[in-house]
Amino acid sequence: MNKIISKDFLSELVFRMVIEAPRIAQSRQPGNFIILRVDEHGERIPLTIADANPEAGTITLIVQIVGCSTRKLSRLEAGDFLSDLVGPLGKATHIEKSGTILCAGGGVGIAPLYPIVEGHKKAGNRVVVVLAARTKDLLILEQEMRQQADEVIVMTDDGSYGSRGLVTQGMEQVIQREKVHEAVVIGPAVMMKFASMLTRKYNIPTVASLNTIMVDGTGMCGACRCTVEGKTKFVCVDGPEFDAHSVDFDEMLRRLGAYKEEEVKAYEAYLEQLQR
Amino acid sequence: MESSQEYLASERAQTWREDLRKSVKAADRTKKERVKMPEQDPDVRNKNSLEVNLGISEAQAIAEAQRCLDCVTPTCITGCPVNINIPKFIKKIESGDFAGAAKVLKETNALPAVCGRVCPQEVQCESQCFYVQKMNKPAVAIGNLERFAADFERESGQISVPEVAPRKGIKVGVVGSGPSGLAAAGDLIKMGYDVTVFEALHEIGGVLKYGIPEFRLPNVMVDVEIENLRQMGVVFEPNFIVGKTASLDTLRAEGYKAFFIGSGAGLPNFMHIPGENAIGIFSSNEYLTRVNLMGASRPGYDTPVLKGRNVAVIGGGNTAMDSVRTAKRLGAERAMIVYRRSLDEMPARKEEIHHAMEEGVEFLCLHNPLEYLSDDKGRVCRMKVQQMDLGEPDASGRRRPVPREGSEFLLDVDTVIVSIGVSPNPLISQAVPGLEVTRWGTLVVNPDTMQTSIPDLFAGGDIVRGGATVILAMGDGRKAAAGMDAWLKEQNI
Ligand SMILES: Cc1cc2nc3c(=O)[nH]c(=O)nc-3n(C[C@H](O)[C@H](O)[C@H](O)COP(=O)(O)OP(=O)(O)OC[C@H]3O[C@@H](n4cnc5c(N)ncnc54)[C@H](O)[C@@H]3O)c2cc1C
Ligand code: FES
Repeated sequence: MNKIISKDFLSELVFRMVIEAPRIAQSRQPGNFIILRVDEHGERIPLTIADANPEAGTITLIVQIVGCSTRKLSRLEAGDFLSDLVGPLGKATHIEKSGTILCAGGGVGIAPLYPIVEGHKKAGNRVVVVLAARTKDLLILEQEMRQQADEVIVMTDDGSYGSRGLVTQGMEQVIQREKVHEAVVIGPAVMMKFASMLTRKYNIPTVASLNTIMVDGTGMCGACRCTVEGKTKFVCVDGPEFDAHSVDFDEMLRRLGAYKEEEVKAYEAYLEQLQR
Repeated sequence: MESSQEYLASERAQTWREDLRKSVKAADRTKKERVKMPEQDPDVRNKNSLEVNLGISEAQAIAEAQRCLDCVTPTCITGCPVNINIPKFIKKIESGDFAGAAKVLKETNALPAVCGRVCPQEVQCESQCFYVQKMNKPAVAIGNLERFAADFERESGQISVPEVAPRKGIKVGVVGSGPSGLAAAGDLIKMGYDVTVFEALHEIGGVLKYGIPEFRLPNVMVDVEIENLRQMGVVFEPNFIVGKTASLDTLRAEGYKAFFIGSGAGLPNFMHIPGENAIGIFSSNEYLTRVNLMGASRPGYDTPVLKGRNVAVIGGGNTAMDSVRTAKRLGAERAMIVYRRSLDEMPARKEEIHHAMEEGVEFLCLHNPLEYLSDDKGRVCRMKVQQMDLGEPDASGRRRPVPREGSEFLLDVDTVIVSIGVSPNPLISQAVPGLEVTRWGTLVVNPDTMQTSIPDLFAGGDIVRGGATVILAMGDGRKAAAGMDAWLKEQNI
């Protein structure tokens, strides 16, 4: 049982939750994630650790409401308890001083990007961040990113804020302007696919963080498997970060849709239950 | 120890045993038919998740116990990995002292209700029974009797909580809560140590909870035993991955003096054939975990599972049988076992194979998958299989399957469950530098003490054996507890 310390909404569908988890706050590293269950009947859902405070013994999650479980989570308040929380899971981000790092985050992928930006800054790198969202209201963590990064470029699909256009356009602008030593791309699978196609064109080593379906998160089930360089990998233990140029994003996209029907049904049933 | 000849002989010489032996003539004992375990009707049970075996009655148990001849040299015990005093518990049943029988079982077996259900008795104790060895008759139903005694105790509500020694004030940790971890924890707490069991998942019980289905081993059987351990003072920490949530060094600094590692063989193997990552293809671990641990298919639970119409399960072990029978219960029209050798080589228990057949599972023996094809949404829709023939025996002594040229054909499937074995869970070996492992990834231990290459770490169960049985895992846990106790005393801790 883990206590929720605070909750606030960053946008209509994205909220930030600070949760008591002293051991995880101590041992987590950038790139790690946790798995939680909201209640006794809940799914095990993976969420990246966006931030942690070892002194206070808390971790911060940033969550986008996409279905039943995240909606349930969003309805908990400070003082409530989560049924289960386990972590930190996954391999930590490989961070070393290497020059200029281009970090691109799309949608809720901006949250897992944050600790990586922080880590690269600490290692002494120059960090340029490109944040992309459909529209201004869905953009999160802009201020926090500005405090860490050397430069932040904002792209929105509808031009309601920053420049109008896709994440790749923002990235290309940077790549053409200066030497980029490494790129990190996190966001929806389609976004990562196109962002990594771009960096491949420019021969920039690129890391993507994969958000596949998971169950246990300890390498026991293979639900999270994906193909990297023609080989099957388990994202929860071999990742979540991989060489973006070797990932089979099309397969990943398909596998993410495995439970589409079930998810829609469960979500509708849940919303109906809320209205009753 | 319990198994030594003199001890057994002196137990056998007790008056109550002698009187009981005399009460029925041996010739009359051997004339009796072996009890038949009452079962749910196959056509009913393949649509529910209730236990298949219903358990024998008191009268049946006494009648079966009378078959046992209380042999001078009880060969059955040699077939038991933990040397249960089998004749003694059976004679307790014959005398009507069912609670006493349960007590005998618990002297050596921490989980009799579990073992009475899932042990492969037909290749262990029962295979060594006098009836089989010398009379060519069905063995005494030792497993059914074990289950009967354990169930009697539980249902009577008077579970004997074993005595524990005075606390020593020494902390020890158990990593993993499967049968090996539970057995180690039970012995260590009895010896007077302060025991904490760390479990990665949110439930305690390991494979007993996430793997073996309800229709074969209801979760309440396991929960009762866990509650028992809790009452004895064992502390359980679920959601705690040793090596991730905290390192062994952190725990050592917090005062833990030694650890038992029973982290299991959790890593599912795949065949790495084309198309294997299509939607609808699971490892048996994922499939069973979704259904057993996460409650998918039960109303009110959030976790989904794909319910297939044409389900193929690849493999022939217990896990494959559990998966295919689960698929049938989730409504599959065709639930098939696809196995590359013949029925004779199948490693699953005979009882499970028989039950699966009764429930309408199809067996495609001597078939091997080559490739999976999927529809435009990425869901598996067909598999290419090849027929096999049996050739010369291989290293394992089983006849090697050889592909039959030109025999490939396509089979319609919408769900495939890959159940071809597991590899040791690498979490611990990755987290503990210097821990000696074999090339299969299992931990190297001293077979007498179960001590690993790192002195304060002891290990047992599937992480050492690479996939074995509940009873062997439990036996390891107990041996390791003794080894750890001796080591801690040597160190003057
Ligand atoms: C579906 C299925 C059916 C089976 N049927 C039978 C049968 O009928 N009869 C039989 O005798 N055997 C059967 N077996 C085999 C038997 O279940 C195993 O041999 C036995 O459970 C092994 O016990 P264990 O204690 O070694 O590990 P497990 O039961 O695997 O438990 C290991 C536990 O450790 C946890 N863990 C791992 N790493 C860590 C860590 N770093 N920190 C904390 N926790 C950790 C895991 O989450 C897990 O819960 C079956 C197995 C399966 C999968
Ligand atoms: S989530 Fe089960 S193996 Fe990765």
